[in-house]
Amino acid sequence: MTLEVQTTHRLGGFSLDAAFSSDRGVTALFGKSGSGKTTLINIIAGLLSPDSGRIVLDGDIIMDSGNRSFTPPHQRRFGSVFQEARLFPHLSVRHNLTYGRWFAPANQTGQDFDRIVDLLGIEALLERAPTNLSGGEKQRIAIGRALLSSPRLLLMDEPLAALDEARKAEILPYLERLRDETDIPIVYVSHSVAEVTRLANRVVALEDGRVSASGDAATVLSLSALTSMIGRREAGCVIEANIEPDAGDDPRLTVIRAGETLFRVPKVSLPAGHAIRLHIAARDVLLAISAPQGLSALNIFEGRILEIGAEAQGAIDVRVDCGGNTIVSRVTAHSAERLALQAGMPIHVVIKSVALEQ
Amino acid sequence: MDWLVLSDAEWTAIRLSLRVSSVAMLVSLPFGIAVAMLLARGRFWGKSIVNGLVHLPLILPPVVTGYLLLMLFGRRGPIGSFLEETIGLVLSFRWTGAALACAIMGFPLMVRSIRLSIEAVDRKLEQAASTLGAGPIWVFLTITLPLIIPGAIAGMILSFAKAMGEFGATITFVSNIPGETQTLSAAIYTFTQVPGGDAGAMRLTIVSIVISMAALMVSEVLAGMAARRVERT
Repeated sequence: MTLEVQTTHRLGGFSLDAAFSSDRGVTALFGKSGSGKTTLINIIAGLLSPDSGRIVLDGDIIMDSGNRSFTPPHQRRFGSVFQEARLFPHLSVRHNLTYGRWFAPANQTGQDFDRIVDLLGIEALLERAPTNLSGGEKQRIAIGRALLSSPRLLLMDEPLAALDEARKAEILPYLERLRDETDIPIVYVSHSVAEVTRLANRVVALEDGRVSASGDAATVLSLSALTSMIGRREAGCVIEANIEPDAGDDPRLTVIRAGETLFRVPKVSLPAGHAIRLHIAARDVLLAISAPQGLSALNIFEGRILEIGAEAQGAIDVRVDCGGNTIVSRVTAHSAERLALQAGMPIHVVIKSVALEQ
Repeated sequence: MDWLVLSDAEWTAIRLSLRVSSVAMLVSLPFGIAVAMLLARGRFWGKSIVNGLVHLPLILPPVVTGYLLLMLFGRRGPIGSFLEETIGLVLSFRWTGAALACAIMGFPLMVRSIRLSIEAVDRKLEQAASTLGAGPIWVFLTITLPLIIPGAIAGMILSFAKAMGEFGATITFVSNIPGETQTLSAAIYTFTQVPGGDAGAMRLTIVSIVISMAALMVSEVLAGMAARRVERT
């Protein structure tokens, strides 16, 4: 499954000029609001006809402004999940779920109804009317409805943005199962670093209607160029890691290996070898020029400074190589001068907290 | 209480009125939905002219509407003679003509009601349906139409009530022929024009009130049922 998208579109004062390609798994379109993510996904869905562009899925030309071909949305078979669930109020949950089946090609038996209902945990809701369901329940049904229309591609436009934290936490595991248990490629629009870190295989970063970075999720999310987009609080690095089989000396801790570096975090119940992502915010990383003593921090590593970023609002991002991983630390410009930080200098990195994204 | 007993002629007028109003309401419904869709969703040159034409019967004196119908749909009128030659349908001085006059007079009310409910339909639901594979006709049949049912019912009742009360355009177009075009309103009018007709006029007035109240209550029940089905959070 390969999706290639290239498009330009002008809407008032805003112009979109973006191109990306994706294959199996989750591709996140990531950016601040107003960066053109929703415009781009509406163009892919066919709900918006762009000024010019070309969309190809597995060699099948979905639209090409060059030869004026345009497949209308109902013939694309791109399942869509929107920010608000958009359930049909006059149909029961069951009929909402089976709506797309009426229109799916006869030879496409599609996803098994019971399996999807089970995957999303909506068995008990089937005979209810959508009106009185909670936001999280509605969104799960919207996801099921899109899946059951036997889509070739799943488009999700900030499906969690309208939900509170508890509801987000309720749905994220289902999205992960979706990613891991179905073969349908997913294009996922989001402005949330946590969601993207947790779900995406690839990230396409959008800024003012342009693609500012794209590629492997961990790489793109760690790029210092994205700092301004991610928001200074959340900026940092994302590291791919695995649960280490040897739990170490304290049973209350779990050891996680990323290259040669071993992180110790509070106990998590995951099997050894399980792939995991670590998100370390730059503001949670301290630097020390000599080995620090008597600190409560669990993770203190030796490394070498790779790069010293430009000063922004009195702070500087310092990128440090620790056993093959790049960890970003945010220090004040004052501290950077006092410690005389320079590229190539050996340094100790003190990590205050590590966020795990399964 | 003998004066309360309806005569055969009066029963005929009541049956005719119900038939004329029902036919006017049912025949104008598909046209009403089509025109309401056009006005609510269409973007074309001359839309305000179409809108004006639809609303014209509401502001024209009914006699003028009736006279225009007579000129267009009379046996020698351009449309009337065409209909008679092609499908053998004669409208002038027939109950079918009364139904046409009533349908035309009630049409603006029906279109208005349906148009408002179409404009209230969330187009994002229609977009969602199209991403699930439904083409434009299926989106209309499975999403738009069910969601506008309360508005369509309200429009039908308005059209029916207007038809029950229609007098000016009907009497101008198809006259006041007992058993053929004499509707309830025309019969009441006739009673008031003859000496000793007061009792007959009173009887038909009571019937008229009962039918109108019944129509209103049926519409309330139907609209309530439909609204419960499509209500949103």
